[in-house]
Amino acid sequence: MEAITEQKYTFKDFTSDQEVRWCPGCDDYVILRSMQKALPEMGVKREDVVFVSGIGCSSRFPYYMNTYGMHTIHGRAPGIASGVKLANPNLSVWIATGDGDAMAIGGNHFIHVLRRNIDLNIILFNNEIYGLTKGQFSPTSLVGQKTKSSPYGNTQPPFTPGELALGAGARFFGRIGGNVPKDITQILIDAHKFKGTSLVEVLQNCVIFNDGCFSSITNKDVKEDKQIFLEHGKPMIFGKERDKGLVLNGLKLEVVTIGENGITQEDLLVHDAKEKDPTMHQMLVRLEYPVATGIIRSFDDVTLEEREDALTKQVKANSKFKKTDDLFFAGETYEVK
Amino acid sequence: MITTKETLQPEVIEAVVIRFVGDSGDGMQLTGTQFTDTSAMFGNDIATFPNYPSEIRAPQGSLYGVSGFQVHIGSVEISTPGDNLDLLVAMNPAGLKTNLYALKPGHTIIVDTDAFSKKNLEKAQYTTNPLEDNSLENYRVIQVDMTSLTKEALKEVEGLDNKSITRSKNMFALGMVYWMYGRDRQYTIDFFNKKFKSKPNLIEANTKVLNAGYYFAETLELIPNAYTISPAKMNPGIYRVIMGNTATAWGFLAAAEKSGLELFLGSYPITPATDILHELVKHKHFGVKAFQAEDEIAGIASAIGASFAGDLAITTTSGPGLALKGEALGLAMIMELPLVVVNVQRGGPSTGLPTKTEQSDLLQAMYGRNGESPVIVIAASTPADCFRFAFEASKLALEHMTPVILLTDGYIANGSAPWKIQSVDDLPEIKHRKTKEVIENWHPYNRDEKTLARDWAIPGTAGLEHRVGGLEKDSLTGNVSQAPENHEIMTRTRAEKIERVKNYIPEIKTEFADSGDLLVIGWGGTYGSLHSAVKQINGEGYTKIGFAHFNYINPLPKNTEELLKRFKKIIVCELNDGQFAKILRINFEGFKFYQKNKIQGLPFGNNELIAEFKKLVD
Repeated sequence: MEAITEQKYTFKDFTSDQEVRWCPGCDDYVILRSMQKALPEMGVKREDVVFVSGIGCSSRFPYYMNTYGMHTIHGRAPGIASGVKLANPNLSVWIATGDGDAMAIGGNHFIHVLRRNIDLNIILFNNEIYGLTKGQFSPTSLVGQKTKSSPYGNTQPPFTPGELALGAGARFFGRIGGNVPKDITQILIDAHKFKGTSLVEVLQNCVIFNDGCFSSITNKDVKEDKQIFLEHGKPMIFGKERDKGLVLNGLKLEVVTIGENGITQEDLLVHDAKEKDPTMHQMLVRLEYPVATGIIRSFDDVTLEEREDALTKQVKANSKFKKTDDLFFAGETYEVK
Repeated sequence: MITTKETLQPEVIEAVVIRFVGDSGDGMQLTGTQFTDTSAMFGNDIATFPNYPSEIRAPQGSLYGVSGFQVHIGSVEISTPGDNLDLLVAMNPAGLKTNLYALKPGHTIIVDTDAFSKKNLEKAQYTTNPLEDNSLENYRVIQVDMTSLTKEALKEVEGLDNKSITRSKNMFALGMVYWMYGRDRQYTIDFFNKKFKSKPNLIEANTKVLNAGYYFAETLELIPNAYTISPAKMNPGIYRVIMGNTATAWGFLAAAEKSGLELFLGSYPITPATDILHELVKHKHFGVKAFQAEDEIAGIASAIGASFAGDLAITTTSGPGLALKGEALGLAMIMELPLVVVNVQRGGPSTGLPTKTEQSDLLQAMYGRNGESPVIVIAASTPADCFRFAFEASKLALEHMTPVILLTDGYIANGSAPWKIQSVDDLPEIKHRKTKEVIENWHPYNRDEKTLARDWAIPGTAGLEHRVGGLEKDSLTGNVSQAPENHEIMTRTRAEKIERVKNYIPEIKTEFADSGDLLVIGWGGTYGSLHSAVKQINGEGYTKIGFAHFNYINPLPKNTEELLKRFKKIIVCELNDGQFAKILRINFEGFKFYQKNKIQGLPFGNNELIAEFKKLVD
């Protein structure tokens, strides 16, 4: 018997009636539309989707999604989203966050949510600047970067989000440019499919306060030469001509050219996103040339809610307490007549 | 060697206060708990208070490593763990030195003389042995070489190392006290059988030592007399002895079952609130989701998420933790989500006195958030009624769609008392506001006309998808709005919603006198002390002194002003520098509120209260 056909959504079903208030030309529009297009492909019911955000430009995201949503307080979205998911594991829970929200004020929650591996999805809008407060340096701003709070140049070295995330135990980490809607849509679908906490870093341009921050990597004319788009099980190859690749030289990744020095495609490393040991993934996220994009790590592991569920079932099966009265009247009680 | 200063005749007494003190490792908490439970089973009314150091394993024999357990038992109503001691059981010199101040003159000390070694005396900073220098001549000192007698009693039990043997000397002391007060040993022997199920030699050893202490006291007839404390007159029912924190946890279990919701706790360990977390993590069989978060903020944040998703959500903390939760609490308040925050108050400010009690977070609970941010604030008054108020906090949060702060304190949280067990069947209904009905133009800020509580549409409900957040909302659509007048409307609406809770809480009642010369006002965990003091002064002929104890702080009961008018003078007694008095002054102009405040990390004593009351009426 054929299953009842599920209602097929379009992106319009996920578009709320709220006017979008980001600056014209902002990559956030691209991410928003990519998300609205990804959701119909995920096979989830609209009422089962929850977006949670903290504070910042990116955190306006839930208002624009016609799903359940919470726009909360600075840095705390991971805690709130964890509560949503643990309360109802049936929900598809998403966090929209930025570099400041996730890694400055919310740094503690960010590392712990990754450590626990609850089945949540985090979209990290990284624009290496504070936008909503109008242009201060963020934890991903570069040394020397001139901002409103570093007029002579930033002196604080940055985090690499992927490095921090993998160090905190992230099971799924993807990175993608903010100007490639189809790729964003696909990586969000993959993040949804992944069971566990998935983190997608979007290299997002801020047209007002940090314009062009990623243009040398993401611009259409350079991206194929400057990025290596990783796919599980495929050789680490890049370049307009598909003639560049990565090999391991000692303990370092090295860029080689196919055809030079006897290098063939067979010599290139093959991407294994599912490997438990994150060493290679760490090398890939740190790589400055080419910048690794795509799904860098996707290691299947038990989720927190699976562990909790198994324990709860076990305790329930072995417990003599079915109702609270059973507990209250058990053990050391006495009667006063 | 045993010496007694005098011989008394056996007597029937109404109540007795005993404190067991010794080294952290001497098992004083267990000894005290056993005496308590046995006495409760016997039918006495009881109240207890443990007093242990904040160090986990303080150096042996040191003054700051002394652990104590105080129990007050009686054939009459017992409402506090007692001020002064009738019996002090001191297992070492440090225990004697730090606790002697509390013993009534002429009353009894039992000491383990074996522990009064040169080394231990030095650690306790005694220059001469108090057992030999006549410094205790105002007391009846019963000197027992308890460690030696314990060893002697166990010489035939096999498989015991020296440590286990010495450690069971607390049971020798307990055996002696059992004989003195005519207690049955069986409850404790049953306890051994259960606790050491897989270690029969420990059952045998502990039973032997308990009996040895008991028979030692009895057959040698060297203890001056045995006291009799008859069962107390208590309301009929099934009882158990319960600690405040356990009662709080159980109140939430009951509320979850009654409301048909799952219970979610987001929490971070903090003294003295952690025992609520410890208790709730045990109850996975009821589907309790207890989440130990990475910090206080994530504790409340996860609870807010769980509340949005439809659970009965709570978070537990103590003073500094409430400060950290402030911003998130404001979020729950503006999102109008049900949430209970338990603050087990301790001495502040900052880290303050983590293991001591205080009531100094009242104003923080009332006002400790940015913006106009009223929430319901209620306070429990005894270890047992922590159950009732945890249930009540949940009910108010769910029915009025608001955060509720439940204040308890270290004194009632760690204290224990008999609790007449409440069947969940007998508890009031909880009607939460979950909605599934898809109606045209529904919006999340649809309100109940009477309470102003909004609807609770949870994720998973088709057709009611909506967004909430920390930005101000349009009063009609719930969409983000910065409109000037709307903000004022929403601010007033949220305040009015809390104000209307007045219509759903009981009126304040007085005890001892409905009107007269002096109204004694208290709130929260001081109930026992204040009740006991007013009762005593009443018994001395001061019949125009009434007592009103507040559990509902925000909003205050409807009839508060009318109550205040019925007395000539009013005194507000608090373990802080006058925070509730401030709240009363703000709300009720034209009254003079006298204050009795104590900020020592300790509960009120009867005598200090009575002296204060007399000053006002004499």
